[in-house]
Amino acid sequence: MINEKLKKYKKKIDIIFSDTDCPAILDKGLKMSADDIIKELIDSGLKGRGGAGFPTGLKWKFASQQKESKKYVVCNADEGEPGTFKDREILDKQITKVLVGMAICAHTIGADEGYIYLRGEYNYLIPQLNKEIEKFNAELKKRKVNFNIYIKSGSGAYICGEETALIESMEGKRGEPRNKPPFPVVEGYLNKPTVVNNVETFVYTAMIIQNGAKFFKDLGTKDSRGGKVFSVSGDTPYPGIYELELGMTLEEFVELFGDGDTKAVQVGGASGFCVPRRKFKDTIIGFEGVPTGGSMMLFNSSRSMYNVLHNFLEFFCEESCGQCTPCRVGCQQLLKGIESVKNKKLSPKYLDDLRNMSDTMRNSSKCGLGQSVPNAFNSILENFKEEVIY
Amino acid sequence: MNMIKVTINDMPIEVQEGTTIHDAAKKLKIKIPTLCYHPDLSVAGNCRICVVEVKGSRTLVPSCSMPVADGMEIYTNTLKVRKARKDVIELLLAEHNMDCTKCYKNCNCELQAIAKDYISENDRFIDVAIKKHIDKSSPSYQKDDSKCIKCQRCVRTCIELQHVGAFTMAHKGEHVAVETFLDLPINEVVCTNCGQCVNRCPTGALTEKHYIEETWAALADPDKYVVVQTAPAVRVALGEALGFEPGKRVTGQMVTALKRMGFNAVFDTNFAADLTIMEEGFELLGRLKKALLEKKPTVLPMMTSCSPGWIKYIEHEFPTLLDNLSTCKSPQQMFGVMAKTYYAKKMKIDPAKMVVVSVMPCTAKKFEADRPEMNSSGYKDVDYVITTRELALMIQQAGIDFPALEEEKCDSILGDYTGAAIIFGATGGVMEAALRTAYEVVTGRDVPFKNLEILPVRGMEGVKQATIKIEGCLPDWKFLEGVELKVAIAHGLTNARTLMQLVEKGEAPFHFIEIMACPGGCLGGGGQPIPTNLEIREKRMAAIYAEDRGLPVRKSHENPEVQMLYKEFLKEPNSHLAHELLHTHYRKREKY
Repeated sequence: MINEKLKKYKKKIDIIFSDTDCPAILDKGLKMSADDIIKELIDSGLKGRGGAGFPTGLKWKFASQQKESKKYVVCNADEGEPGTFKDREILDKQITKVLVGMAICAHTIGADEGYIYLRGEYNYLIPQLNKEIEKFNAELKKRKVNFNIYIKSGSGAYICGEETALIESMEGKRGEPRNKPPFPVVEGYLNKPTVVNNVETFVYTAMIIQNGAKFFKDLGTKDSRGGKVFSVSGDTPYPGIYELELGMTLEEFVELFGDGDTKAVQVGGASGFCVPRRKFKDTIIGFEGVPTGGSMMLFNSSRSMYNVLHNFLEFFCEESCGQCTPCRVGCQQLLKGIESVKNKKLSPKYLDDLRNMSDTMRNSSKCGLGQSVPNAFNSILENFKEEVIY
Repeated sequence: MNMIKVTINDMPIEVQEGTTIHDAAKKLKIKIPTLCYHPDLSVAGNCRICVVEVKGSRTLVPSCSMPVADGMEIYTNTLKVRKARKDVIELLLAEHNMDCTKCYKNCNCELQAIAKDYISENDRFIDVAIKKHIDKSSPSYQKDDSKCIKCQRCVRTCIELQHVGAFTMAHKGEHVAVETFLDLPINEVVCTNCGQCVNRCPTGALTEKHYIEETWAALADPDKYVVVQTAPAVRVALGEALGFEPGKRVTGQMVTALKRMGFNAVFDTNFAADLTIMEEGFELLGRLKKALLEKKPTVLPMMTSCSPGWIKYIEHEFPTLLDNLSTCKSPQQMFGVMAKTYYAKKMKIDPAKMVVVSVMPCTAKKFEADRPEMNSSGYKDVDYVITTRELALMIQQAGIDFPALEEEKCDSILGDYTGAAIIFGATGGVMEAALRTAYEVVTGRDVPFKNLEILPVRGMEGVKQATIKIEGCLPDWKFLEGVELKVAIAHGLTNARTLMQLVEKGEAPFHFIEIMACPGGCLGGGGQPIPTNLEIREKRMAAIYAEDRGLPVRKSHENPEVQMLYKEFLKEPNSHLAHELLHTHYRKREKY
């Protein structure tokens, strides 16, 4: 179905999937100094598009400052957050832009090797990606750039989207997050300085190099500069992939994508926040409100929010690496807890104990997975308590 | 090195760059509880017990892994910290087997200790403890997953400390578990039974297989004649499990306690250690003679064979080097054979009714006693092996007030020993003992080291080397004149691997190599009191060398009871009878 409202929407943008002169961007970037590139990125306000939102310019700056001679650029294509399918599209349709971004990063920090860590479930893309990468590596060689890109395959673990678990997986080890510090920009892949950035982030860096920081900064809000690719799914007549400015309210979003009966939107996937209808007007999609790596799932009144929460908790119980106590045991407690309340084995009061315990998951888990499980749990519980209990 | 200034609980302190919050707090006499942390291993940071509050940090911070930064304001006892700690403990209890009173580690469990401090409620959460079967396949130790807290200490020990890798973390999420390759029983994988994992397990997940009840049953059986031998490393560590500080020698009291427990004869493995030196020393000289005098192809370097963890290790990992091993049995096994042949005959005891119990700092010795070839006496040479920890338990069960005991001496004729024997308990000790005897046999003089103390072979360094020039040989040994005898010593299997890789490539210019599977040698064995760390092992080592120094006889060949044994029974080292009873063979094992 064609989204007529979207056609007229003023915040619809077309940067990621636009036709671009990639070789020109590459040449422009390679001519710039590392300092100028970093300045441009910091100025643009670009933050990581994988969900964590770390300022990209700052990340590249830290990596470039390391005195190590061997450095790496890694593109995080693990796209595992439920409801996120935008990187797949970017890799399929705009791979060259990704590669250009990676090459400019390599030029900035001084890396000679780059990897795309590709989610195992996307292995079918490898033949076509390798063809493009081979062409690109040849283009780099022509320009006497000492940088080669390779693909490394994931093996189907959500946790390997976390940058240090990703690096562990690249090293052939269990995908268990590391202690931070040291951060990957200091000690990453094979303990060398490594920039790990999301697929979409690399594309935006290339576009910022082409058009300058201002064009990006002019979009979005003060805390959420620029645009974002969203993958919209669930109870919507318009499921799909859309690039929009950051900073719109959920009311605007649901106006565009809702089916008229939207009860809740899960922003940011299983590790994100559930926003109920009554809060749509006051909630901003962005780093100052509810951030997202792109996943937007709409639920209408036919959906049981208990089922939604149960699904998320089942997911986390399975995908937790199991290393740290609060996450490994906490996830099981949340899942079994809501089941026990639902089938009346435990009183609804127990949910307060669980909420209490989830604070420890948030402040003591070793990585973002455990720290984020309470997001869905608390937001669904807070806004749909009756559905969870009865 | 930069100095960093931080405050902890509003108290200022300056520490070196790179110091963790945990260590900085220690300097201020603040003890932050830990579980997955162990001083011998790399930092894991997974249990989350040690989290503290750091001003400005979004989350609580693990103090074991977070290095201090200039200006950091750290708080270790806020309400937030205490709540998090209590939650973590209670989450661990929710996935734990709560049958503490029946657990071998009751009252010596690190989880219990922390839970006690926080007066934790053990049924605050839903029980998610797993009920997997206990792996009892190894004769040395057992693995009970229902008590595992996933701290990964055992995995890190086996990989980092020992380079064996018998354990790994498998699966993820709620199914994560410590497993062997393909989850095979322990006795079907490369595990060497060294027990280093048992030493470092904070709970009762890994414990030795005990033979306490079997020993009591034998002692209570009027038909049985029960003798006991104790290894050199036991006497410098037994005290730790009975209320003493590490490094206290309790030899005399140990003997008294054993006598009170009802053993018919209390002997000493050290006697057999002196015997081993005789057999192994002459075996080495025999190989040197073959190589240097007869100029025949000889397998060198010769390697010691008294560490059963090491033996299983080389059988799996370096089976092409099995011929390098000395054919000598270990002192434990030599003792068993002598008890059931020489001693039984002399005392007119029916060896079928004799039970040999050995007290060892070691878990692999349980495996060694069970090896099918260990029956040269016509019976199982060593019946039961109990660890230092098990002996301490038995002493407590018997109601013996250990600290108050008088000191007594071992019985004859398998109880006398020299200083050379006692040093077997430390890495480098077997080498030193062998050299003290071999050098004198060849030259008629003492080893050219002050006080007989061959310092180059001593100490905690992973791989040690020494060269001793042999000069002034007696006529029979003229072929060794001027030879620079090169020896190497390694302890811990990682270091053993390093040396063996050199031997494999033909790049090891040594004549004799001593290998001990455990860090520090037997004094750091898998059966020693828990906890263990470098400081404790160094104290045990100092005690061993102190005992050597204080003994009147310090060379194995001067042990009068050993001399009598040869005179009356074995005739001479490496005699036919000695070979039959005191020497053994090895076998290739699969790598996986």
